[in-house]
Amino acid sequence: MEFAKLGLYNQAIILFAALALLTSFLMLAQARMLPLIFTFAWQGFLLTMVTVLVAMVTDHRDLYVSALLTFVLKVVVIPWLLYRLSVRLQMQYNAEQIAHPTLLLISGVVLVIFSYFVAKSIIHLSGLATRNIIAVSIAIELLGMLLMCVRKSAVAQVIGFMSMESGIFFAASVSAYGMPLIVELGVAFDILVASILFGVFFFHLRDSFGSLDVGQYNHLSEANGADAIDVRPVMASAHTPGDHA
Amino acid sequence: MDSELSFWALAVVQTLTFIAAAPLLAGWVQRVKCHLQNRAAPAVWQPYRDLTKLFGKRLVVAHNASWLFRATPYIVFGAMLMACAVVPLVVVHVPTAAIADVIVLVGFFALARFFTALAGLDIGTAFGGMGASREMMVAALAEPAMLMVVFTFSMTAHTTNLSVTTAYILHQGLLLRPSFLFALLALAMVAVAETSRIPVDNPATHLELTMLHEAMILEYGGRHLALIEWASQIKLMIYAVLLINFSFPWGIASEPTLQALSLGVLVVAAKLTLVGVVLVVWETVMAKMRLFRVPQFLGFAFMLSVLGMLTHVMLEGGN
Repeated sequence: MEFAKLGLYNQAIILFAALALLTSFLMLAQARMLPLIFTFAWQGFLLTMVTVLVAMVTDHRDLYVSALLTFVLKVVVIPWLLYRLSVRLQMQYNAEQIAHPTLLLISGVVLVIFSYFVAKSIIHLSGLATRNIIAVSIAIELLGMLLMCVRKSAVAQVIGFMSMESGIFFAASVSAYGMPLIVELGVAFDILVASILFGVFFFHLRDSFGSLDVGQYNHLSEANGADAIDVRPVMASAHTPGDHA
Repeated sequence: MDSELSFWALAVVQTLTFIAAAPLLAGWVQRVKCHLQNRAAPAVWQPYRDLTKLFGKRLVVAHNASWLFRATPYIVFGAMLMACAVVPLVVVHVPTAAIADVIVLVGFFALARFFTALAGLDIGTAFGGMGASREMMVAALAEPAMLMVVFTFSMTAHTTNLSVTTAYILHQGLLLRPSFLFALLALAMVAVAETSRIPVDNPATHLELTMLHEAMILEYGGRHLALIEWASQIKLMIYAVLLINFSFPWGIASEPTLQALSLGVLVVAAKLTLVGVVLVVWETVMAKMRLFRVPQFLGFAFMLSVLGMLTHVMLEGGN
């Protein structure tokens, strides 16, 4: 497939898909909470743009509904919920310490190469115009998983989870021009409920452990003996300025 | 034969223009920056005045300076001279570009940097050694990213020749290539690091703890300093022209007629003016990074350039 011979819309689809992949990397590199949420919203916006363009090019009407769902959930509702949560938990200005940031980015690149090799066999079978983007959607999924693996803050892990979900949605719309509408609606509703539940969980976690840093939950293990009983002072002493309140 | 000769003459004139215009770009950047920061701005030709003053000064060299220290300014300036001879500025078809491709261009920069670092160590002052080690750290991280950017462009254009690459981009028209976008972003980040601008280095400071490039050339004066300053102005201009040629080369002359050439000069001047303004806005809104944040910055640039190459293979069908 010669890139120069593609129409403008098809070029735009590819460009927006590539930019969505870039936002996944930006989320990996972003240590601050608010920009992380905004980058997630930008990724949702780019995926919406791709879905709308695919709907225009292939004349699949139901993809517009899918695009609307993506826009409402991934650009408006979930980022707004996360924003409100982080303001109420007073962690919107927190910056996480990312261990080995460059190694993280390089391993992200390795994941992209891996997903290209996985998608290669699908690409050969498929005749769709968007078949090259399947690799990108798998990569967005895997990068979301990487974000969940490496981050210690619970909110960042939730963003990684949501990003994985975006990747699955995206894979559906570029590899099969969307799932059946009933499935999409069901998944979207699940995600909405999940994001509200996560919010409730955040408050419970903070109330019982005093922190949203999952790395600190290890202190609860019984191996620690006596000092494990009295958790809160340990937590408080582990706080550094600028850490979670 | 006649047209071949005229292209060679054009290449020589273009190189001389390049060298002569480099302080003007630096002066323009300085002037806009002063305006943005509410300071009284010097004239645009202030760098020419500075260079003239430095060339007129008596040469003072430290007692323990070896031949290396004296030779370095000439090697650095010579490397930059060779580098700007292969970059198309006004005309696309530069015959000199066939002699040295873009990998050699990176090599010229490395040569200049190597000798500057050696000269910084040669005198034996603490600042020289510190500056040399810092510059080498930045260079070791910036160079792979720069080479990956170059490879991304040359995979699309099927050549590493700068003239042919520019002509290819000129010929294919405006395409929304994600690989070019990523490579250009990475090139801009590398350019910021290599030309010692904020946030990696501050060219206007002589503060010991934050100096990178300045620390190495602290011992230089007179015409040596003039040559080194001039060379770094040329380097800034080379990176600006590279960014222009790779992103938006339209307007550059493709045949040696007077009309095309004058249009080429006007367009490239307008674009360089714009690049200068963008650079100043970037430098004004950014704060200087801590030295130990620089690897992360350049690591991101490297990741972007690798991503550019990957999207070329994955999304653009390798063509």
